[in-house]
Amino acid sequence: MSFPWAEHYAPKHPVMRWLDEKLPLPRLVYSAVGPGYPVPRNLNYFWNFGILAGLALGIQIVSGIILAMHYAANGTVAFDSVEHIMRDVNSGWLIRYAHMNGASFFFIVVYIHIFRGLYYGSYKAPREMVWLLGVVIFLLMMATAFMGYVLPWGQMSFWGAQVITGFFSAIPVVGEPIREWLLGGFAPDNAALNRFFSLHYLLPFVIAGVIVLHIWSLHIPGSNNPTGVDVQGPQDTVPFHPYYTAKDGFGAGVFLVCYALLTFFAPNYLGHPDNYIPANPLSTPAHIVPEWYFLPFYAILKSFTFNFLWIPAKLWGVMAMFGSILLLFFLPWIDGSPVRSANYRPLYQKFFWILLVDVLILGYLGQAEVTPMVVLASQICAIYYFSHFLIILPIVSRIERPLPLPNSITESVLHGEAAEAAPIGLAAASH
Amino acid sequence: MLARIFAPIVVGLGFVTALVFAILFTPHDAAQPNVVEEFHKDPKAIHYASDGPLGKFDRQQLQRGFQVYQEVCSACHSIRLVHFRDLEEIGFTKPEVKAIAKQYKIEQPSINPDTGEATTRKNLPSDPIPWNFANEIAARAANNNALPPDLSLMVKAREGGAPYIYSLLTGFAPVPANLPASNRPAPNLHYNPYFANLNIAMPPPLTADGQVEYSDGTKATVDQMARDVSAFLIWTAEPKLEARHRAGIGVVIFLLIATVLAYMSYRNIWAGKKH
Ligand code: HEC
Ligand code: HEM
Repeated sequence: MSFPWAEHYAPKHPVMRWLDEKLPLPRLVYSAVGPGYPVPRNLNYFWNFGILAGLALGIQIVSGIILAMHYAANGTVAFDSVEHIMRDVNSGWLIRYAHMNGASFFFIVVYIHIFRGLYYGSYKAPREMVWLLGVVIFLLMMATAFMGYVLPWGQMSFWGAQVITGFFSAIPVVGEPIREWLLGGFAPDNAALNRFFSLHYLLPFVIAGVIVLHIWSLHIPGSNNPTGVDVQGPQDTVPFHPYYTAKDGFGAGVFLVCYALLTFFAPNYLGHPDNYIPANPLSTPAHIVPEWYFLPFYAILKSFTFNFLWIPAKLWGVMAMFGSILLLFFLPWIDGSPVRSANYRPLYQKFFWILLVDVLILGYLGQAEVTPMVVLASQICAIYYFSHFLIILPIVSRIERPLPLPNSITESVLHGEAAEAAPIGLAAASH
Repeated sequence: MLARIFAPIVVGLGFVTALVFAILFTPHDAAQPNVVEEFHKDPKAIHYASDGPLGKFDRQQLQRGFQVYQEVCSACHSIRLVHFRDLEEIGFTKPEVKAIAKQYKIEQPSINPDTGEATTRKNLPSDPIPWNFANEIAARAANNNALPPDLSLMVKAREGGAPYIYSLLTGFAPVPANLPASNRPAPNLHYNPYFANLNIAMPPPLTADGQVEYSDGTKATVDQMARDVSAFLIWTAEPKLEARHRAGIGVVIFLLIATVLAYMSYRNIWAGKKH
């Protein structure tokens, strides 16, 4: 693994030597996140977000386990058991708000992490497997978050579960039976709540397992960097520890400050008021909206309003919504450009920024009231989303003329090109 | 090689064509002018002692709010998540809480230990505050088939929070002359422009100054009572608000210091290394 100049673990203390012989765990840590892992010297702050995602997962697992000690997964008491946590359990309000907002921060961090990968071409060879495992993690996160949102058994929990499991009934013939099988009934009820709780507890550990694979496969080629140029020698790298442990420590501090501000001073800002009303199958909320991190995909779903080619609009919507994520699996092969970093791909770079704005607009439209203008806007944005990945990228990546690349990471650092390494426009902010 | 270029393009064109057809063939009627939107009002801007990151409850006000709840709202609404003992948190002493529980006009449902028949008994501090109605059906029967919702979490369960409740309580108004017939209140409904659909089944609960008599000398105007009861409902919805604010200040200060130290150590370690 890694580069030949990586430092080797050489324990001095007899106890550590003994341990290294019996169970070389310190050796593993040393060469995974210690001095034995050489990392490009020019990484910018966007490379903090992988570690931050790991931190967010840790926070979710710890707070989640404590919540599970007091939560009761039964339709008649689930809502009240959450209020019991908020009112009677010592610091229960803190644990619950930390978990609620931790989920949001997890997604914020992972979305930045994904867009970092899109900008710097981290999904390309030789890191395709890192990317594929990343998309698997993303899908698992979405499933986990969806099921977690059902647990408090408020109005949005219930109706969100109703709508999302309803996607399956769009599948012809087998759709309705699949939906009933998933829910264990005709509508979300105890059976569904219980299995969602069981899976919601399980999946974060599956995610943790996939993260191990994600990092394992990353450590074979080593990290990409803002120039996208391969590491050529020891002068291009620094040992992970202490250089990036220090930088990640600072990043974690900034992350935790933002997270604490929201958790302590606006804990319900990102939530929906209807989820403080107990679930009621007989009363449909005026607007059913998913959590904010699903909104762009929800907007794509709703933008298909026409039974094109005899396929019902609803089925198109569901296919497009899943397709909009699954297409990420093919990205390493759709993009044919040999250059990784968008800093040297002038044409791709423009489309990248359009995509980012497009996704933000889709997010806004996902929660807006459905008016003809909103539908039209989401249709246009959905057209761009699919065109970007499936039409523009295969063509642009093969016709654009990239800018000249620096000869090496060190050269780019020493010739004052470091500023260009941050995405254009953000360069000033990062220095 | 060619497949890598054309396969995505074919799939992409599939989705794009479906969307283009959707744009062309779904009727884009001009948006209907929305009557409710035209008459609906946003909550008035009012402020509470508990607002902001340093906010604390005004305990006098919460006690007045509890009085309004007890004397007016409790005829119809429950606050089922609040126990009598919780009232200690808004400044009542233990004996006071005991007395409030004992004298509470609605008794606690219970079972006669000798016969097993349903009965009621006096409240204890450990009891949840009981509802005036035995169940939802009884509550609807007494309210022209409308259900007075539980108020414990109302502040967090409505867009607009406490200012919305204040506005609702003070917002009952004569029906505007230009309101279309379709949006005029049906029998037993009351026009209130702060309510989502303009017509609420709740009769105006706060109607006259002096409807309750405050013992702390505050003048019980309708406005004052509405402020007090909505402040009280902030507390019922978020009883740990003060602890949260206090902990938050400490945690954020601690994290800021830790972050500055982390930044300094980062600069120190990277000093002399161009990157
Ligand atoms: C005579 C019975 C009655 C009294 C007294 C009463 N309410 Fe109501 N209230 C109702 C009913 C019925 C509804 C349901 C209205 C509807 O859904 O149209 C309601 C609804 C509400 C709502 C919810 C509005 C919404 O957005 O859905 C709030 C808040 C409220 N009441 C607060 C109060 C407060 C505070 C008091 C005491 C000052 C009070 N009510 C006194 C009967 C009453
Ligand atoms: C639970 C969520 C995740 C965790 C904990 C996680 C963790 C990490 C870590 C620690 C790194 C190395 C540090 C870095 O480059 O930032 C990394 C790199 C990477 N991750 Fe993730 N990741 C997660 C989700 C994802 C997702 C959803 C994707 C993409 C769909 C993704 C794609 C990548 C890629 C491509 C790299 C290599 C980056 C490079 O070397 O430039 N990750 N991840």
